[in-house]
Amino acid sequence: MPLATSQTSVPVVVDEEKCIADKGCTVCVDICPLDVLRISEMTGKAYMAYDECWYCMPCEADCPTGAVKVNIPYLLR
Amino acid sequence: MDDLVDGLSEVSCDVLVIGGGTAGPMAALKAKMKDPKATVILLEKANVKRSGAISMGMDGLNNAVIPGYATPEQYTKEITIANDGIVDQKPVYKYAERCYSIIEELDNFGIRFLKNENGDFAVKKVHHIGTYVLPMPNGDTVKKALYRQLRRARLLISNRYMATRLLTGRDGQVAGAIAVNTRTAEFLVVKAKAVILCMGAAGRLGLPTSGYMFGTYENAANSGDGYAMAYHAGAALANLECFQINPLIKDYNGPACAYVAGPFGAYTANNTGSRFIECDYWSGQMMLEFYNELQSGKGPVFLKLNHLHEKTVAEIEKTLHNVERPTRGLFHEGRGTDYRNEMIEMHISEIGLCSGHSASGVFVDEFARTTVPGLYAAGDMASVPHNYMLGAFTNGSVAGEDAAEYAGSTDFADIDAGEIEKEKARVLAPTKRNDGIPPNQIEYKARRLVNDYLQPPKVTRKFELGQRRLAEVRDDMQNQMIARNSHELMRALETASILDCADMAAHASLYRTESRWGLYHLRTDYPEKNNDDWFCHTLLRKKDGRMVSEKREVQPYIVPIADDEKDLYDKQRIRATA
Repeated sequence: MPLATSQTSVPVVVDEEKCIADKGCTVCVDICPLDVLRISEMTGKAYMAYDECWYCMPCEADCPTGAVKVNIPYLLR
Repeated sequence: MDDLVDGLSEVSCDVLVIGGGTAGPMAALKAKMKDPKATVILLEKANVKRSGAISMGMDGLNNAVIPGYATPEQYTKEITIANDGIVDQKPVYKYAERCYSIIEELDNFGIRFLKNENGDFAVKKVHHIGTYVLPMPNGDTVKKALYRQLRRARLLISNRYMATRLLTGRDGQVAGAIAVNTRTAEFLVVKAKAVILCMGAAGRLGLPTSGYMFGTYENAANSGDGYAMAYHAGAALANLECFQINPLIKDYNGPACAYVAGPFGAYTANNTGSRFIECDYWSGQMMLEFYNELQSGKGPVFLKLNHLHEKTVAEIEKTLHNVERPTRGLFHEGRGTDYRNEMIEMHISEIGLCSGHSASGVFVDEFARTTVPGLYAAGDMASVPHNYMLGAFTNGSVAGEDAAEYAGSTDFADIDAGEIEKEKARVLAPTKRNDGIPPNQIEYKARRLVNDYLQPPKVTRKFELGQRRLAEVRDDMQNQMIARNSHELMRALETASILDCADMAAHASLYRTESRWGLYHLRTDYPEKNNDDWFCHTLLRKKDGRMVSEKREVQPYIVPIADDEKDLYDKQRIRATA
């Protein structure tokens, strides 16, 4: 059976101006308990690659530049 | 990204600790302290720095037995009564005796506990009988403080490795574990003399009512992998029918009242703003009254703070919105709800298996030993009832010390190479298919069936239908599930754990033909508690490839319970006054 991609609005938002992943920072990707963050090969910035978030906030709390913002997932907002 | 890489490495150690949340780091630390020459490896699916139930900290201790406030005897009695008497008291008593020294140790780690003007611990009363709740003003620093200790002890930490199966030797003793890297799918075989499972609750079992699969009460990474691994290794699991169900803010996975807001005068109310339960402590009996009120004309249920002084609310808010579940303030902001102005709607959580809150876990004795030689369990997944975070720390310590001693007196068990090949094939099967069903759909369906059929009230016919439908999903999982990268492979393996836990939850529930523990095991076709036939534990295990359950006697009490005390937790509903 073929697979389709369904769109979701993801809870974790990264401010690309502030994110320093392109300078080698991997803090948020390293610590996420659900392992849903990655660094984009295109932009060199962190982003939420998988919508599997516990909205627990280590990514936001530990980001050295305050670039990460955790929102409440839409379904429970 | 997350490409599948072919690879396998082998390491060996004296003590392998699986799970770096709460119990795990403590177990590893204590094993190393007990035997500084021992090699101790701490394996973690995520990253020890921020993994587990307390990734963002904890707002307090729920069950601190502090001299001057409570005694081990009193605590053991309270937990026995809250569990309808189905308790082996030895491990509970041992915890109660030992936990104060762990509090002092945590204090030395830099984790602060609330003290009064005299410098004594400011313990609060929440339980029915005793006083055990101790707030943690800097509870957000718990993981950092723990991690510092692990670094200092130079423990070997392997992050992003998901253990999938235990390895056992010829005589059934533990021989190590197989793990798979969640970023590359490379295998790691760890030979070990002793293994301690600290893998948390089976918290991704039921589906939250919001429909968001990862919005579970427990850290959603806690998918019951430890329960599944223990089962497949032949270990006994105790009282799995005693589900975990918690009172939460509706749609938000934050706990509501008992430990943080309760001591300040907040309470659980019905739609008239009245209290309906005597005691907000999370027992099955309390949850049953909560459930009854939800269904009644006086439902739903609310968290009531709007009668409190502004300063009090601000203080509660500071804790609730900053520690353990720090997105909670954001949730209320989005909804436009404020504790000051209105009561906040509550609901019950999805079901799970967890001893930390109820009593469903891998069977352990007072040394944290499971029924498999050399295999230990601690924390939410081990059967010491209602043990919470301090229980994870304390029983983790017990496990670490005993495992180090055991490892010192034993040799490595032989590992069957065929066993490793078989497990590799099982793990990688979803990556070998070109076409099929992705793990998220299989997981969703399994968990939707858990909600439809296994959630209390439990009815035999519904459970049988549920088992049939879950078997169909298992068939899909075994024959059609696909994983296109290593991240998806982790989810696929978690789905297998979830299905194992669902099967165990159903099997254990059907076995106990009575009602017990309030809502946790409310069987409406066997509505009465039946002490003549069922005043016992149930043990579930894998025997000759099949799931079987048996009764196990409650061990003789070391702290006697008087007849007039036995039903103290049964009288949770506030009587209407004339």
